[in-house]
Amino acid sequence: MVHTSLDVVDEKISAMGKALVDQRELYLGLLYPTEDYKVYGYVTNSKVKFVMVVDSSNTALRDNEIRSMFRKLHNSYTDVMCNPFYNPGDRIHSRAFDSMVTSMMIQVC
Amino acid sequence: MEAAAGGGCGSGPPLLLSEGEQQCYSELFARCVGAAGGGPGSGPPEAARTVPGTVTAAAGPVADLFRASQLPAETLHQITELCGAKRVGYFGPTQFYIALKLIAAAQSGLPVRIESIKCELPLPRFMMSKTDAEIRFGNPAELHGTKVQIPYLITEKNTFKRMDDEDKQETQSPTMSPLASPPSSPPHYQRVPLSHGYSKLRSSTEQMHPAPYEARQPLVQPEGPSSGAPGAKPPRHKASLIRSFSVEREPHDNSSNYPDEPWRITEEQREYYVNQFRSLQPDPSSFISGSVAKNFFTKSKLSIPELSYIWELSDADCDGALTLPEFCAAFHLIVARKNGYPLPEGLPPTLQPEYLQAAFPKPKRECTLFDSYSESMPANQQPRDLNRMEKLSIKDTADFPVPTQDVTSDDKQEQNKTRLALKSTADEALPKDMSEDPATSKDSNSLKARPRSRSYSSTSIEEAMKRGEDPPTPPPRPQKTHSRASSLDLNKVFQPSVPATKSGLLPPPPALPPRPCPSQISHHNVNSERSAHPKPPTQLPNYGDFRLQKQSEQVSEAEIHPQLNRAPSQVAESSPTKKDIPHSQPPSKPIRRKFRPENSATESQEPPSTVGGPVSAASGKPHAAVQKQSSKQKKAIQTAIRKNKEANAVLARLNSELQQQLKEVHQERIALENQLEQLRPVTVL
Repeated sequence: MVHTSLDVVDEKISAMGKALVDQRELYLGLLYPTEDYKVYGYVTNSKVKFVMVVDSSNTALRDNEIRSMFRKLHNSYTDVMCNPFYNPGDRIHSRAFDSMVTSMMIQVC
Repeated sequence: MEAAAGGGCGSGPPLLLSEGEQQCYSELFARCVGAAGGGPGSGPPEAARTVPGTVTAAAGPVADLFRASQLPAETLHQITELCGAKRVGYFGPTQFYIALKLIAAAQSGLPVRIESIKCELPLPRFMMSKTDAEIRFGNPAELHGTKVQIPYLITEKNTFKRMDDEDKQETQSPTMSPLASPPSSPPHYQRVPLSHGYSKLRSSTEQMHPAPYEARQPLVQPEGPSSGAPGAKPPRHKASLIRSFSVEREPHDNSSNYPDEPWRITEEQREYYVNQFRSLQPDPSSFISGSVAKNFFTKSKLSIPELSYIWELSDADCDGALTLPEFCAAFHLIVARKNGYPLPEGLPPTLQPEYLQAAFPKPKRECTLFDSYSESMPANQQPRDLNRMEKLSIKDTADFPVPTQDVTSDDKQEQNKTRLALKSTADEALPKDMSEDPATSKDSNSLKARPRSRSYSSTSIEEAMKRGEDPPTPPPRPQKTHSRASSLDLNKVFQPSVPATKSGLLPPPPALPPRPCPSQISHHNVNSERSAHPKPPTQLPNYGDFRLQKQSEQVSEAEIHPQLNRAPSQVAESSPTKKDIPHSQPPSKPIRRKFRPENSATESQEPPSTVGGPVSAASGKPHAAVQKQSSKQKKAIQTAIRKNKEANAVLARLNSELQQQLKEVHQERIALENQLEQLRPVTVL
């Protein structure tokens, strides 16, 4: 499901060719009949895509919350990237990053 | 104290505390505040950063308390955020109470949210070390299970503030691994962390954190004691043990604010790190870029994930570059890791950049001085560091073979310059302790006026520094005091002597002295021949010239002095252009002249006959005039003699030291050759 969502993200990116500055992209709506979940996409300036899959059984997350979560995610990601020992593409082992992510998730749920 | 059975639900104010809770919290709060005020004053200034005028608990004790609650780091961060301490920047009573409530909630397994604290909650549980309160409360608590223990406020002040500042940096010791919050049952929870924490604590006594002292906390149920009783036994047992243990720790803690010895950077280590930093990046106040640092740290042969982890810890501002304190911290972590210390969960307090910058202003100062410094400084440090490296408690500095070789090669280069070599050997002779640092800084202070034009340094760093210094220095050159002498010995030697004199007594490069010597000697010979038939009248004016010259021009003479002293002080005097010669000549000539007036008749005296001859010829007229002059000159000459002797001594010492170094180098060479020979047959086969 993540891959299909990625395809949709690519679709969106190619669509908004001009407005490359538009960082935020809330994509809502991949609600499969069986699994109701929401997928949010977020693209950075360097074309790094964040995909967030949320279970819809949650009380609907507000738009702002999603945005803030993505922003935090983005910040943490840049911090991870600062590490010269980190190869882009590897699995992120950063503790700070993990803790930030988990805290975010706990906050939400 | 009753349990929190009557804890109010979320009605009315967001936080309603039961009586028990109220009491506990206020006690805890008072402790935190009290400890903040009475905490060690020698700690870093940011320690008790409380807003004036309000009753706030300092971050340090609060952090300790929170950590003692055995909650994972992210939970604690959440709690801090929620309770508003981050927002307001300090822990006021309300924030503190909210935080305590949240801790209790987290410990009960509830998610950390404002809503959680609206329900009934047990009192938060804290694993703490001993205090008087514990002695008071511990046993009763175990029996009654109602008292809350007051944490022992270890003086780690900056930790919590940094927890706010830095991204989830956790200063827990590795032994206290974050335990999962939701316990199945409170006693079980408490027993598990206690045994776990305590056993690990036993094994790693160097860790900085408070000896865990399990405090029995009241439980939800009114029949707390009963359920607490089974759990009370291990705590009670361990409590006594821990009490004894923490007694030992107390004096230790009182002595040092940061009892985390493995993470404390010693001066020697710091010197080394700073040098490595400079080797990577000449400007000590700027950054080392990520790629450069990566290459450097990769040489340490640690695994990439570990290096990544260390980077994560040490790059506090996450900018992809390391400043000097960050670099020192990273280096220290690497060194520690290579020695087998487990990496901490978070940057220890002594490795925090602020602490490193605050506690070690000297390296920064040395860095700035280094800029204005000159050759001898790096040479000074390098051999000193090399020597220190051998003595470093951390033995794995050799893990950086390349850097050490760089340092060694630099060192050898410096040693090629005699003056620097003198400094290095002098340093080796000096006691290798921190007294060298003040000495160095003293030297650097005095050395700022040194003429850079005479520096012999060959490293790019020094050249860069020198260039910055070159423009202002030429003027001071004539006044070169022995401040130029990088060695303290020379300083001591020359301080008693007339200050305004030859700085050039500093060991000139070995090449230099011999060069003028033969020429001078030859010139001397020439002059002596010439002076065999001097014009007597010219001697007088020459005297004046000598005197003037001696006083005005003191640079190169000093260099020539030794040679001149060694060379038979030929007579002649030469044209005024020969400043050096005249300088030596006055010593000889006035003496002769002195003798002459006394024994005008005895020309066959000691003074070189060549002088005696011409001198006697002029004995008549100039006699009277010369006498007056000679008395004046006598003193001047005596001082000159003294100086010459001192110069002699210095140079002789230099000579011996150089020879010593030469021998050492020879020995090293022999050793290396031996090694080579040993290896060769192996490889050939």
